[in-house]
Amino acid sequence: MAIEVRIPTILRSYTGGAKAVEGSGATLDELLNNLDAAHGGLRERLVDGEKLRRFVNVYLNDEDVRFLGGLETPVKDGDTVTVLPAVAGGAR
Amino acid sequence: MLTISRVLYEKIIEHARKDHPDEACGVIAGPIGSDRPTRFIPMQNAERSPTFYRFDSLEQLRVWREMDDNDEEAVVIYHSHTATQAYPSRTDISYASEPQAHYVLVSTRDEAETEFRSYRITDGEVTEEPVVVTE
Repeated sequence: MAIEVRIPTILRSYTGGAKAVEGSGATLDELLNNLDAAHGGLRERLVDGEKLRRFVNVYLNDEDVRFLGGLETPVKDGDTVTVLPAVAGGAR
Repeated sequence: MLTISRVLYEKIIEHARKDHPDEACGVIAGPIGSDRPTRFIPMQNAERSPTFYRFDSLEQLRVWREMDDNDEEAVVIYHSHTATQAYPSRTDISYASEPQAHYVLVSTRDEAETEFRSYRITDGEVTEEPVVVTE
């Protein structure tokens, strides 16, 4: 089973510079645990406790997983998961 | 150092003025590794706030994919402060996650004069850089 996970520049230190890696799992949560086994520390950049970090965007194909099931979002072979740090900031 | 054409420089200022008093935000894409801003991409501020900005997540996906298809990267990431100085705030610094980008800050706090300054932000460190506007 292969799910492609596209990694933003700032997280490529966890993947040896690779812009995409492959993993498996039935849910996003399982997929991230699976990736973390090969790329230690990657999961913690995306997950805080039991929830996806607020300022990291995770997409399943063309959708934001916040509108699907968050970490419980089902994933399957052939899906593409994309990670992009949110671009945000403000006066304070 | 940020080198930017006058046309693009003025587009950023115009966008900031137009969205005032909400913070304006956007990207200027350029060929990967060129350090040359070429394509102006104003973004929606999903927060629509006078003190905070955030790119809409689906719009960001679309723009990032487009840049990837074009062999481009975000050369400039800009946003405006509407009542404070054109200097990165604590939140600006903590959310900066495009290491190759020039972070441009514009302040529209003064009606007559717009401040335009540029910074590199990496590993939580801010370094201001000169801005060269080319004709």
